[in-house]
This record gives sequence, C-alpha cells and structure tokens, in this order.
Amino acid sequence: MLRTKGIAFKLIFFYTLSGGLIFLLIFGFNYYFSRIIIEKNVEDNARNLALSKANQIEAVLRAVQKVPENLAYYLENSSCDNNELMRLLRSLVQNNPEIYGAAVAFEPYGFDKKLLHFAPYFFKSDGSIEFTDLGKGSYRYNAWDWYQIPKELNMPAWSEPYYDEGGGYTLMATYSVPFYKQSGGKKQCRGIVTADINLAWLQEVVSSTKVLQTGYAFLISKNGIIVTHPSKELIMNETIFGVAEARDDPQLRDIGRKMIRGESGFVPFRSIDSEKPCWMYYAPIPSNNWSLAVLFPRDELVADITRLNGIVIALGIAGLLLLSVAIVFIAHSITTPLRAMVQATKTIAIGNLDVELPPVRFEDEVGKLTEAFRYMKESLKEYIRALTETTASKERIESELKIARDIQMSILPKVFPPFPGRTEFDIYAAIEPAREVGGDFYDFFFIDDNHLCFVIGDVSGKGVPAALFMAVTKTLMKAKTSQDADPGMILTKVNKDLNQGNEACMFVTIFIGILNTTTGEILYANGGHNPPLMIRSGDNLSFAVEPLPVSHGLVVGAMEESIYQTETVILKPRDAIFVYTDGVTEAMNEQGELFSDDRLKKQLIKLHRKSAQETIAGIMKGIASFAREVPQSDDITMMMIRFHGGGE
Amino acid sequence: MRILLSLLFMLFLAVLPAGAAEIALKKASFIPQWSPQAQFAGYYVAYEKGFYKKYGVDLTILQGGPNQSPTDFLERRKADFVSLWLSTAMQRRSHGVKLINIGQVMQRSALMLIAKKSSNIKTPQDMNGKKVGIWGADFQIQPRAFFKKYNLHINVIPQSFSVNLFLRGGVDVASAMWYNEYHTIINSGLNEDELTTFFFYDYGLNFPEDGIYVLEDTYRKDPALSCAFVRASLEGWLYAFAHPEEALDIVLNYISRAKGPANRVHQRWMLARMKDLILPVDEVSTLGNLQPSDYEGVGRELFASGLIRIIPAYNSFCVRCDNRAEN
Repeated sequence: MLRTKGIAFKLIFFYTLSGGLIFLLIFGFNYYFSRIIIEKNVEDNARNLALSKANQIEAVLRAVQKVPENLAYYLENSSCDNNELMRLLRSLVQNNPEIYGAAVAFEPYGFDKKLLHFAPYFFKSDGSIEFTDLGKGSYRYNAWDWYQIPKELNMPAWSEPYYDEGGGYTLMATYSVPFYKQSGGKKQCRGIVTADINLAWLQEVVSSTKVLQTGYAFLISKNGIIVTHPSKELIMNETIFGVAEARDDPQLRDIGRKMIRGESGFVPFRSIDSEKPCWMYYAPIPSNNWSLAVLFPRDELVADITRLNGIVIALGIAGLLLLSVAIVFIAHSITTPLRAMVQATKTIAIGNLDVELPPVRFEDEVGKLTEAFRYMKESLKEYIRALTETTASKERIESELKIARDIQMSILPKVFPPFPGRTEFDIYAAIEPAREVGGDFYDFFFIDDNHLCFVIGDVSGKGVPAALFMAVTKTLMKAKTSQDADPGMILTKVNKDLNQGNEACMFVTIFIGILNTTTGEILYANGGHNPPLMIRSGDNLSFAVEPLPVSHGLVVGAMEESIYQTETVILKPRDAIFVYTDGVTEAMNEQGELFSDDRLKKQLIKLHRKSAQETIAGIMKGIASFAREVPQSDDITMMMIRFHGGGE
Repeated sequence: MRILLSLLFMLFLAVLPAGAAEIALKKASFIPQWSPQAQFAGYYVAYEKGFYKKYGVDLTILQGGPNQSPTDFLERRKADFVSLWLSTAMQRRSHGVKLINIGQVMQRSALMLIAKKSSNIKTPQDMNGKKVGIWGADFQIQPRAFFKKYNLHINVIPQSFSVNLFLRGGVDVASAMWYNEYHTIINSGLNEDELTTFFFYDYGLNFPEDGIYVLEDTYRKDPALSCAFVRASLEGWLYAFAHPEEALDIVLNYISRAKGPANRVHQRWMLARMKDLILPVDEVSTLGNLQPSDYEGVGRELFASGLIRIIPAYNSFCVRCDNRAEN
C-alpha cells in the first residue's frame, strides 16, 4: 500500500508515527516515574502524618492509664474508707481533664461484707462532677467487658468503645486496672479501677486530620469497629471486616487483620463510604491496639500529574501537528520540483526539449538536480541539433555516393549476351559491389570483327577517388585500345597517361586480353593483376583448371617508365578463361577465413560444364553461402569467356 | 432454592381462605423476644407487606428488648402472640402458664460453642478444665447438658452481651448464636478456619428455638385468629427469603427506629442463617411445625435437669394450626 504513496505521505506517515511513538514512550516513562515518586512521597507523608497522630493519641492514653494504675496501687497498699475513696475518686475526675469518669468497682462483698455490689463512679456532666453507684439498680457491672476482661486476663486493659448505660451515657472507652488483696498467701482480685475517656475527644483529634481536599483519617478499635470516621453513620455500627464482606473484598479483610494485629503498612484502599481509590497508611496505637489510618485520595495526589500530563499530551499533539505541517512544507518543496521535472521528462521524452523547468529556489539536492536536469536538457538539445546536422550531411554524402556508385556501375557493360550473333564464344561478367564504393571494373568490346578486347581492373583504395580513378582508367583503356591492338603497348600507354598528374599516387591492377575469335589466340598483358584461371578441356570430357602463366608487370599508374609485355595463349574450342579480382579469393566468412584459390578452383571444377553465366552465378552463390551475412569490404568482380571455335 | 421458595409462597397463596379480605379485621398484638433484627424478619415483612391484614388480622408489633420479657407480656395479657424458645415455653407451662405452641418457626437450634483453634480445642473432650463463657437463663440448658453428656469439668464464666472476653482470650470457649455472635466474631477479624465450632444440633441437643405461642384460652376463643397470624407470619418469612434485600430494608428500618446498630452486612448474614434454621435443606420437615421427636428430646433434657416436673403430651402443648382449623 505504502509503495504507491508519494514521498510527502511517507514522510508524514513515518515521521508522525515515529515521533508519536517516541513521544508516547517518553510520556509513559515520565508518567510511570512521576507516579512512583509521588507514591514514595505520599508514603512518607502518610507515615509521618499517621505516626504523629497515633503518637498524639498514644500520649493521651498513656497519661490516662497512669491515673487508675496509681489508684489501684494505692488501694492495694493502703486501707482506705468510704470517704477517702470518694474523695480520691472525685479529685481524680476533677483534676484530669482527659478523664471523663472514673470508678472503683468491687467484687461482690469486696468493699463491705454487707454490700453485694459496690462501684462508686464519678463522671463529668455539664461542667460538674456527678456521682452514681454502679452497683445499685439493674446495671450488673461485673458482667460488662470493662470489668470482666481485666479480671479474667489479670491485667489492665482498654475496653472496646461502647455506649455506657451505667452512668455516663456517652460513647466511651474504659481503661480498667484490676487490684488485688493477699488472702492466705494467694492473690485475690478485689475489684477494678477504671478511667473512662470520652471518645468525642478522640474523634475530634482524628477528624482534625486534614489530608489534601477530601482525604481523612479514621480509627478502628481492636475488633475492627470504626470508632471515628467522617461518615457518622459508620461509627460504632460497622467494622472494617463488615466493609470487606459487603464489598466481597478478601484483601481488605487481610488489611483489617493486619491493622488489628498492630502492624503498620501502606496500601491501596477504597474509601469506606465513597469508595474513592486512595492510598492508606495505617499505624497502631500501642496502648489499646487500635489502628489509625490516613487516607490520601489518589485522584488528588495525581491531580498535578494528571494536569501536567494533559498539558504534555496537548503539547505533544501540537508538536506532532507542527511537525506534520513542517514535513508537508519540506515534502512539498521537494516533490513540487520533482513532479514538475517528471512532467518535463515526459515532455522531453516525446521530443519537446523547449519545456520550462521549475525554477531553482534552494541550493539543495533538489536544486542541484534541477540544475543538472537543465544542463542535460541543454546538452541534449545541442547534441540533437549537431546530430541533426551531421545526419543531414551524412545523408547527403551517402546519397551522392550512391549516385556515384550508380554512375560507376552504369559505365560497365550489363547486357548479356552482349553480342547475340556471335557463337564463337560465350562471355559473362558480374560485379558484386562492396558496401563502400570500390574501384573494380571490367569491360569488353570488339576492336574489329574478330578481335574481342576484355579488361578487368582493381583500383587501389576505396571511395570516390577510387571510383573516379577507375572511370579514368576504363576510359583511357578504351581510348588506347582503339589506337593499338597490342595489349602490352596499350598498358604502357595507359600507365604513362595515368602517371601524369597522379598526385594522389593512386594505382590500378589491370589484366587486358584480346581474343582472336577465329583462332582462339589471346594476346594479353598484365599490370600487377592476379593471374586468370584457364579451364582446359581435354579428351573424353576431361578438363583441368590452371592459372594462366603471366609475367608480373608492375601495377599501372605507379611508375611512368613501366613497360608491359604482350604474351600469348591459344584457346582450344571448349577452353575458357576466368578472370577475377582479389575480392573473390579474399571474401571472408565470420571466422575470418578467406574464400581462397582452392575453393575457387573446386567451384570451377564443379561448374565446368555450365555456361559462363551459370558458372559465375554458381561462384557468386558459393561465395555468398561461404561468407553468409558478413559484409565484404572489397568488390567481387568476375568475367569468364568460353571459346567455342572459330565459327565456320 | 429461590424457585422452591417462590413455589412455597404460591402454595401459601393458594390455600388463602376465599373472601379473607372481606372479613372484618381482628385486633391482635405480638412481641418478639429481642430488639428488632433479622431474627424476626418474617413478622416485620408480613406486617409491612400487609399479609396480616390480608388474613384479617389488625396486628400491633410491640418492640422487644432485653428488658421486655415475652412470657411476662403473655401472662399479663399485654401481648396475644409471642415468640419464645421451645425450652422456655415448656418451662413456663410446667410453672402453670397455660400457653400452647401454634407454630414452630425455627427447626434447628442456632446455639453453639466456639473455640479458637489456636487454643487447641478440637473435640468436646478438649474443653475439659477450660474457661467457657455461658449465658444465663435458658441459654445454659444445652451447654450444661452437653458438659454432662461428655463428662466435662468446666470453669464456667458468665458471658455478657459481647464476645470481647473471648476475643481477648479471657475465655477459651464462648457461647454464640450462629446467626449473631458467630458473625460478630468473624467480623472482628477471626477467620472461619481459625475457629472450632460445636453446634448443639450436631451433638443430639437440638432445641428448636423461636416458636409462636399463645395462651390456651386466647386460642380457644378464636382459633382462626391464631391460625391467621401463624399463616401470615410464615408467608412473611417465605417472602423475606425470596426477597432478601427488600426484607433487609424493612428490618433495618425497624432497627433504626429502635436506635439499634443498623448493620446491613450483619443483618444479611442473620437473615441467611434464619433461612437455614427455618427451612433446613437436608431435612424433610414441614414449615412451622414442631417435630414430635424434637419436642420429646427437649422435654427429656428439661426433665432430667429438673427444670420441668412432667412432660406434657405433645398434642396438649402443640396445636397444628393448619390441619385442625380445617378439620
């Protein structure tokens, strides 16, 4: 999918994606660690707060404990009558502001042998000290926890919080100290000294604990009963275990068990009334094993982080948007010229080099690319212009060369049979011009009625000069032959003429022969040309192919003083002479092998029964199948004359 | 269970006397043996849902409490119907109070003894020589019979209204009602698996507790009124078990009015246990009927303890309201 999208899309996609990921990563780490730091701080704060409150309560409880302990000690160690006891008890309540009420409760008949129940109790009421005897009426004090527990445990104890129905009629907790007498060497409990504290005071201390906006502290008793709590209906009516049961929360029950066991800890907690998630630190009050808990509402703790996180997220999103805009701008500055260049390239591809390229605005890679593109366009334009010119001139030259070639070829006799009435001989000639204009030529004509002159030549070099030189040579040969009938003389004269004004130092190899059509005698001269082949017919259809013995005259046009000898050979009827240029034997195939004299001879042997035309056509075919597609660099020229006998 | 309750409830509706609503309402009063709590949910629910009126009873529920003895209310004719323990009722009858049982609501005794496993009490024999908290009056009949049965020498400590003495370790074993103190102990931080429990029911001492009682002459004067009260009350119980949260709302409302500790969790526990006690799942017993075997068992124990002089005949003590009314 991405593969087909543009650079701008990819840039935005990847940068925004990776940017977003990096941002999220940093954000996550930041959030995580700041939470840890805050939790750590909260734990420290909560611990300090809980411990300071617990100590505050503990200090009061300890002070309260001292009072009944001292009185119990006094009762054990001195005898005191009713009046003394009343005085002591009254002053005890009066002089200790923390103490709400105090009693000395005796075992049955413990104070007076005639008195079953006796428990004098002084307590504060509306600023005055009131008295009541708890032993009177229906209140059976020795069935109450504050009496029974220290008695059965034989040690001082704080009671659970309770609503007193004996005299105080308020929510209180009682510290009870048993006192004893020695009876027959045995320690026997005489009664219990108590001091009550009004829990309103405790509730005030605890509820004065302000924690952030909505945090608070609460206190539970040793049984888990909620003693103080901002929600009044929970007080004395609910235990932390009841809350755990209502919530079906075994973890809360565990926390409660730890609290009443006197442990301390820092735990996640849900507020008892509002169920708000909080952090809670709990610490014991050592005297009575109650537990104080301080709750820090989690949402308030993390409020700052949450706000900061909100800002960070907003900044992050803004940053990403800005980044995207920047990327769009950058991508646009890259892709706009690129797109323009794509269009330009398409236009250039269809041949329009005059297309406008986008302006270079920055010296960056795109700018350089545009610059290079412009240079390429200009170069291309220049190149194409030059190429067009060159091609035009080349085409002109080529067409001229073609014309030259046509003219050259047109001056060679092409009509076969050339002399339809003459049966004494059969003549055929063919030229296969090379790709370039070459300098081969052949010619034949009657000097008189029974003398046929035949010439074959090969001008050195190629091209127009060779063509021109060939034309001159052919013309000269024909002109000189009309004056003389001696081949040697003709060549000598032509040589002399060609040497004059031959600045280009061109030359030509020429073989000239004059056949007496009556006798079969051939007068010939050779100017550096390769020797013709004789095809001799013997008896009984036998024949032989052999080179014509020739004197090797110098090439024509090289030296002015050259003299060429005339030689003679006699053709018997059915004998033939085969003249050719080196284009035949030097025809080359793909492997660089030459056609060679051997192959030529074999071809001639194979074709010896054929007419001159068929023989030459056969050899042409042979060369073509030998060389295949390889273009030949030289003209291939052949001429064959077969003598049939002197006419009559 | 829910479905079963609904079925029972439907059955009750089916046997409703035709034209009941047209009968002129008869005045009657009832007092439970304790302060409002889920132990009496059936009566409060029947009242609030108008079941008594439906059966032609214009009922007044008097507020019970520690100082309101139901037998006093019955004997002094301050209440027509009372809730009493079977053992209490049999003793009162033995003392000449002509009361009869017209409905046995609880089929099982909820009284139990509880020990902490940490004090190594696993069997009744382990209690020998230990301190055991025991309530007074009729609450001590079963424990004392239990101690005698297992030949235990116990240091009996009078137990007050709280279980704190037990929680603090002042006694090794505490008395408890399954529907009340047991849960208080659990919700004071002791886990069930940390406790050993001794249900008297499991030790051949099943004293079915709360039952509905009326003076014999009151019953004779208008048996239909008594039966209407019993039917409406039992219908109230079935409704409470089928709609526990609605029943709890009603009960908590009564508790609040009586300024009691309105603790929903505790009352929920209590209501659930009442269901176990009133409709035991593993026993074929008819709702509201006193089983003769239970009656004889309680009679034997009371006689053996010298608390009653004679065991009255089952039929003279107990009126099976539904049958006799029809017959």
